Amino acid sequence: MATVELTFSALPAHVRTARLVATAIARRTGVSEALLDEVRLAVGEACSRAVEAHRVHCPGEPIVIELRDDSGRFEVTVTDVAPSEDLQQPVIPADGALVPEMPGLGIAVIAGLADDVEVSSGAKGMRIRMSWPASPNGVAAV
Amino acid sequence: MDLKLDHHSEDNLTIVDVEGEIDVYTAPRLRELLIDLVNKGNFHLLVNMEKVDFLDSTGLGVLVGGLKRVRAHDGSLELVCTQERILKIFRITGLTKVFGIYASVDEAKEAHGRDK
Repeated sequence: MATVELTFSALPAHVRTARLVATAIARRTGVSEALLDEVRLAVGEACSRAVEAHRVHCPGEPIVIELRDDSGRFEVTVTDVAPSEDLQQPVIPADGALVPEMPGLGIAVIAGLADDVEVSSGAKGMRIRMSWPASPNGVAAV
Repeated sequence: MDLKLDHHSEDNLTIVDVEGEIDVYTAPRLRELLIDLVNKGNFHLLVNMEKVDFLDSTGLGVLVGGLKRVRAHDGSLELVCTQERILKIFRITGLTKVFGIYASVDEAKEAHGRDK
């Protein structure tokens, strides 16, 4: 099992970086080209949700994303440390820059994209684990 | 790729051309533009997404917010989009039933003309 771990500050600009890294590793791990858009979108959704939650509750804390090549599956875990009980409630950060019009939509999108999703949440944060099939030898099927 | 926004009016319709990525970083700019257009009395908006490379739920939220604002003035917000990867997120979230989605600006203008 090979793991890449990425830690980033809760800034919206970093979400794109996380998407790019996840897509590059997914391709290298052997996720088919047809699924790469889904990986990119799902990872972006998970990271966006984490960034928004951190900006409200703990802007100084980093977000962690782990990317694993796990026996024929490409697995991504996004972990934040923001209390997640009020995720479905609209939140208004001090700078007013990230008021979600439809809170909770991101999780619905992830559930629709990844065929294997596990969401665990609580007072100490949320963990979203998702995975996609990958070719065992790490070469994407064409 | 960053987000590029442009807009122009044709008759009673304001066409918003969007190019690039609409995500948590760039979506606030689109939201500000839509709010500004509505505040200036543009209540019939057509968002051309043919050059959008990426759209996430933040972008969807901005579009839904724009739709709510124009509807408050009996207006409309419709989309031009033919890219499967963008249409997929509308289908997953059920928003294909909320937005009018057209294959081209001309097709949308024709439909808008009929509805006026």
